[in-house]
Order: sequence, then structure tokens, then C-alpha cells
Amino acid sequence: MNNQQQHQKTMERVQQGLDRRYRKERHFRWLGLGAIILGLLFVSFLFITIISNGYTAFQQTYVKLEVFYDPEMIAPIGETDTEVLSRANYGGLIKASMRQMFPEVTNRREKKVLYGLISTGAAYELRNAVMSNPSLIGSKAEVWVVADDDVDMLIKGHIDLRLPESDRRIKDNQLGWIHLLQEQDRIEKRFNTTFFTAGDSREPELSGIKGAIAGSFFTLLICLTIAFPVGVAAAVYLEEFAPKNRWTDLIEVNINNLAAVPSIVFGLLGLAVFINFFGLPRSVPLVGGLVLALMTLPTIIIASRAALKSVPPSIREAALGIGASPMQTITHHVLPLALPGMLTGTIIGMAQALGETAPLLMIGMVAFIVDVPGSVMDPSAVLPVQIYLWADSPERAFVERTSAAIMVLLAFLISMNLLAVWLRKKFERRW
Amino acid sequence: MHTSTLIILLLGLMSLAYYFGRKRSLSIVGGKIRDLHSLPSYYGMQTAMWCGIPALILLSLWISFEETVVTGIVVESLPQELQSLPPERLDLVLNDVRNLSKGDIVSSTVDQTMQQAADHYSSLMDISHMALFVVALSVAILAGLWARRTITREQRARNRVEKAINFFLLSSSTLAIFTTIGIVLSVLFESMRFFQQIPVTEFLFGLEWSPQTAIRPDQVGSSGVFGSVPLFAGTMLITLIAMIVAVPIGLMSAIYMAEYAGKRFRTLAKPVLEVLAGIPTVVYGFFAALTVAPFFREMGTNIGLTVSSESALAAGVVMGIMIIPFVSSLSDDVINAVPQAMRDGAYGLGATRSETIRNVIIPAALPGIVGGVLLAVSRAIGETMIVVMAAGLSANLSANPLEAVTTVTVQIVTLLVGDQEFDSAKTLAAFALALVLFVITLALNMIALHIVRKYREQYE
Repeated sequence: MNNQQQHQKTMERVQQGLDRRYRKERHFRWLGLGAIILGLLFVSFLFITIISNGYTAFQQTYVKLEVFYDPEMIAPIGETDTEVLSRANYGGLIKASMRQMFPEVTNRREKKVLYGLISTGAAYELRNAVMSNPSLIGSKAEVWVVADDDVDMLIKGHIDLRLPESDRRIKDNQLGWIHLLQEQDRIEKRFNTTFFTAGDSREPELSGIKGAIAGSFFTLLICLTIAFPVGVAAAVYLEEFAPKNRWTDLIEVNINNLAAVPSIVFGLLGLAVFINFFGLPRSVPLVGGLVLALMTLPTIIIASRAALKSVPPSIREAALGIGASPMQTITHHVLPLALPGMLTGTIIGMAQALGETAPLLMIGMVAFIVDVPGSVMDPSAVLPVQIYLWADSPERAFVERTSAAIMVLLAFLISMNLLAVWLRKKFERRW
Repeated sequence: MHTSTLIILLLGLMSLAYYFGRKRSLSIVGGKIRDLHSLPSYYGMQTAMWCGIPALILLSLWISFEETVVTGIVVESLPQELQSLPPERLDLVLNDVRNLSKGDIVSSTVDQTMQQAADHYSSLMDISHMALFVVALSVAILAGLWARRTITREQRARNRVEKAINFFLLSSSTLAIFTTIGIVLSVLFESMRFFQQIPVTEFLFGLEWSPQTAIRPDQVGSSGVFGSVPLFAGTMLITLIAMIVAVPIGLMSAIYMAEYAGKRFRTLAKPVLEVLAGIPTVVYGFFAALTVAPFFREMGTNIGLTVSSESALAAGVVMGIMIIPFVSSLSDDVINAVPQAMRDGAYGLGATRSETIRNVIIPAALPGIVGGVLLAVSRAIGETMIVVMAAGLSANLSANPLEAVTTVTVQIVTLLVGDQEFDSAKTLAAFALALVLFVITLALNMIALHIVRKYREQYE
């Protein structure tokens, strides 16, 4: 009786607390789910911001002009050799065409503003057209030329017209001309090829990422040619040959620590060793690749060791058993089986290197470079540094270009990671 | 371009050497492989190594000393008054000579002697290139031929080749040590030069940071004060904000993933969260500067607070977002390492899941979680791009997250980007900051790894 009462009392106490405990349980669970949803929200918010800011950069505003290829201005003496053609005043042709279209503009200052609607790059387009086809001289043609970045921003709706005129980059008279052009169907948005075929420029409408992509390519090439063989060799040594002693321990501790050293410190190493000590030039992909190779080495070594570890010992024993030397065992049997894992690790390391910025700032890869680099010894920028440089530029048009460059960078990174996942899925073996 | 042609030629020669070495070994024994000590391909490899490696070593030595030797010869041929210039001036002159010979822009006017020196320089360089070409190729051919001649049936080719490969493997693995030594030395040397100008105590305990030094003695401007406390305070503030964001979110999502989420949810949500880890930091920096900082400022003005447009809050929150996957994947590992038996024991006693997690799993996984958080702190301290783009530049000793503060990494970048004299206190200060940064992150890593390792031994 007494025992049963005791039991009932206990059950009552448990029952009393149960609601509270279940409520706590639910709250805890919601907290966890909330944390994950918050994380997912951050991801989607980040992507939405970048994409909504950047997708317009893949289009560029063009203006249709009626250009008269005036022989007087291009080749006044009638000579048409390349020297004369390349030096002619093509900007003048555009100005003439603009004057013709807006004859009411006579004021000197207004004229200057009017010419400002067209990008300075338009003259080069005309030059290229004439250089490749000198028979154009003397003819009249309708030409689509690149508009200035302010016009571009207006057409894309990035300029707030409610602001007072003095706060706007586009003034009221310019607005009038642009409306007039629009009514005549002389303004059009087209796919922005310049963005993929040009190097950097101070003019947003003429700037592109080709130089940065080429720089990134050369940098990664150097990084890969150094980091992959050395990383795999180091992993093979540590996993298969290294005796268990203090020296090996020291190497392992070092690799683990290097993996966590801030990337900017690697930049200082590059500055002090490669540039100041060995006298290599600044801002070239060679030095950038070397620094990034040192930085990605721990990643590759750790991934390669994991891949080697996953090859079962029976493979090694079988090879040794039929008389292969230890080196033959490794090179003929273990390495081929571990290679997919090593490649996966290497691709992830390369993706990391592609996105890295800070160490490259230290070795001078922040210079303003217009030319597309042609070799590992040409000064160049890389994609993330280009993003950093553009993010610092005040023009509104560079904001969308920065976002577009980020989209390109992320596309590269995502495809590299997908490749790594695919490799792992395809060649993963369960023993 | 010229060097790469030479390297390609050498690689071609190496494959030829492989072919001939292999053929030679076969012809010695008349095609009966079992009479050879090693397989024929090892004789081929041995010949190829003899052909390629000495030539490649020669090539790299030549390239590293070419410039110095040629410059030395050019200096000797310069007129006496140029030779007796102080070393810095002489360097400038030599730089001009080099640029002149490449056809680049020259800083000073070109006179007769300069032009002569430049011609001399480029002709010497041409001679050196030609000589390298001839010498390297003949070394390769001679060594290859010699190796081919010495092939005998008893030669232990496999052992030699394997020894060479083993040497390569060993030296690759020591590169990590050399990198560490390189980092320590390069940072330490410049820091020592810095501490000769500025006392260590002033650097470590000074409360004011203003690295602008006057270039000319008569220039108006601050004389440069290098007290690093505001920088470290700023770093700590931003790191603290990042941790306040990252640790709860990262830990809770790891717990949910490990203990509650179904398999389908996990396979879907986990990769998406891991995307955050793969995004380059420059993208986070852009995001912080363009979106998050203005957002906080707007919000501040709406509730009557003045928020700086480069507030520590914006940089810290974005850095926290960056670190979430780092915290969550590390905690995921340790939570999964807690043995199932401990969970089952708690469930058997009637505990709910959350009670099990809070009273059993977290305490058991705590050392691992603490280790992971320490690693995350060390990452946040060393993070550069987010703070360069979103945090302030001027040192400000403040604990208010709405104000602009600067960090150690921001200062390293601003001190070293751009053209400066390399031995001014301003640039050397960057190396001193990097030294402290390196020591702090190293110490944090050591502690974290120690904690994690100690914990792991308990259950294995």
C-alpha cells in the first residue's frame, strides 16, 4: 500500500513535469531548425543580392548613330596606309554625327555634355571598322556604338530621377536628348561582349574581366604544377615511407599548423622571400602562383593522405607478396587507387586558391592593369582582386560589374566543386 | 619564353634518353629480360634522369645568377663617376639601363653612356642566353650518352631510380618545414629591424596608432606612433561579434543536423550551408560593404542611433556568417564522435532528446566544441578581406560596435599596398603586426588541437 502510494506520487510528479519538459523539447528543436533556416536565409540573401545587382551588367546600352566617314577627317591627303588610319580623329566623326542629330545644341558647354552621352570607346570601334575595311571612307553608315556608363545606368533604371538635378549624374538636358533618342529607337540594350573580351579600364562601359580571368588562369597553372606533385609526393612519403620518429612528427605538426596560418601571412612570406630576396618582379602570376601553392599545399597533403589511408592494406600486401618493391607497390597499385581522392582534394584546394585575395594584395597584384596577360611573367590581376578593385570604385556602373564578376567567379567555383563531387561519386570505391 | 623552349627541349631529350636507355639494356642481354638486374624501363628511367636532372639544375642555377653576374660586368664597364655613386643611386641607374635595354620607359634622360651601357647589357644578356642554351643541351646530351654507355647487365638500375624518387618524396615533405621557417624568418627579421626603431613595449602597450611618418624632415604631419593596442582591441571586438553570430547558429544547426534532421533534410540542407564555406572572402567583403553596412546604418537612424558606415557590427556579422559552416562542421564531427551508448543510456532513463543533448552529449563533446570554437576564433582574427572592405582605417580605441574600428590585418594591408620605401618604420610595422598575428593564431591552433586530441583519446 505504502509502496503503491509512493509509486503514484512519483508518477504524478513525472506527469506534472512532462508538459514543461515536452515544451522545452519543442523549443529546443525549433531553435535548431531556426538556426539552419537562418543559415539558409543568409545563403539565399547573399545570392539574391549579388544576382539582382549584377545581372544587368551582362547587357550594355548601345546608341545608333549615323556616321559619315568623312574623308577630310580620316585621310585628308588621300593616303590610306595604316599609320594615317590609326591616327585619324574618329572622335570627331562621332561628334559631327551628334551635332547633326541635335542641331539645336550650339552652346560650347552643352555640346561637351552632349558628346558625353557616347563612350570614349566608340571612337576605337570606328577606327577598327575603318582599319579592317578602308573602303568605308566616304560612305555613310548607321553604327551602334557603346553609350556612356551614366546613360547605361539611366536606361537600366539605376538612377533615381526623383533626386534634384544637382545630385544626379544625368542632368535634365541629357534626359531630354536621351528621350529623343529613345523615341527614334536609337537606344538599345544588347549582350555585353566587352565584359568578356576586354581588360580593366577606368571607364566602366569599356572594362571587362578577360585580363583577370587570364591572370587567374596563369596563377592557378603555376599553383597546380607546383602544389599537386609536391603535395602528392609529401603525402606518399608521410603515409607510406616515413619512419615513426621525431622528424616525421615535426613535419606533421608543421603541415597542420600551416593549414591554419592566416592567408595574409603567406602574402608577407611571398613579399619577403620571392620579391625582396629572389628579386622576382611584382604583380606577376608566377609569384602569385608560388604563394598560393605554398598556401594550398597543406590542403592537398591532408586530402591525399586521407585518400592513401582509404586504400586497404591487403592491396599492398598482395603486391609485396608477389615480389614488388615497396616503391613499385605504391606507384603501380596504391597511387592509381588513391588518385581520384587526391584529385578531389586538389580541385578543392584550387578552388580555394582561385578565391584567395589577401596574399595577392601583398605581392602587388592590385595594380591597375589594362592589358590581358600573355604569360606567367606579365603583370596581371586575378579575378578576386579585380572584384576588390572594382568594389572600391565610386561609379554606380562598377557596382553591377563587381556583382557580375562575382557571379562569374562563383560560377567557376561551383563548377570546380561539382567536378570534385562528381569525381568522388564516380570513382569512390568501398572496400 | 626562351626558358620554356629550353625546358620543352630538355623534356624531349629526356624521353629520347628513356627510349635509348631501354633499348640499350635490352640489346645487352639480347632480349632476355630475366638476365637483367632490373626491368628495362628502369634502365630507361635512369638514363632519362641522368640526361635531365643535371641540365635542369644547371638551368635553375644559371637563371638565378645570370642577372647578378651580367649586372656586375656592366657596372665595371661604367665610367668611374657612375661607379662611385652610393648603392641606392647606382641601383636606380642600373634599373634605367635594364629598362632601356627592354625598350621600356626610363625615368632619367638618356645620354651616351646610358645607351652604351644598355647596349652592353642586352648584348651580354643575349650571349648568356645563347651560352645557357648550348651548355644546358650539351650537358644533357653528354650525361645521357654517358649513362647509356655505362649500362651493364648487373647494374642496379631499379634501386637507383627508387632512391632518386625516395629523395624527391622526402624533400617534398620537408617543404612544409621550410615554409614555416621562411614565414618565421621573413617576419622576424623585418620585425627586429622595426623594433630597433620603435621599442617593443611601446609597440605592444601603446594606446595610439598613427603610422603616417613624415617623408621629409620639414614636412608637417605626425611623426608616427606605433601603439598596437587599438588594433588588437578592434580585432577582438569584430571577432567577438563574429563569434556571437557564428557559435550559436553553427552549434545549433550542427545539433539539429546530427540529432533531429531526417536523412533527406540533411542531404539537402548540409551542402547548401557548406556553400557558405566555399564563397571567397572578397565576396563577403563586397556584401558587407554594399548591403549589410548600409542596412545597419538605416536601421540605426530609424531608432535614433548614429551608426558609422564602416561599423564593427557590419564587418563582425558578415564574418560570423562566413564562420558558421566552419563551427557547424567541426561541432558536427565531435557530436557524431560521442558514442551511441551514451545517448541510449540517457534515453533509457527517460530523458527527452533535448535533455540528452544538453546534459549528456554537449558535456561529452564540450572539449571538441571548445577546440573548434578556438580554431574559428583564430580564423576570424586572421581574416582579411571582409575587414579591409567593410571596417574602418583609422585606429579607434572603442568597445562600441556601432563605431568604426580597424584591425591588425587591415593595417597590414594598408601599410604594404602601394609604393613605399621598404625600410621605413611604416612598412616594417606591418611585419611586426604579422609576427604578433602569426604567434597568436599559432598559439590558438596549438591549444585547440591539444584540446581536441586530448578529448578524442577518451572514447577510442
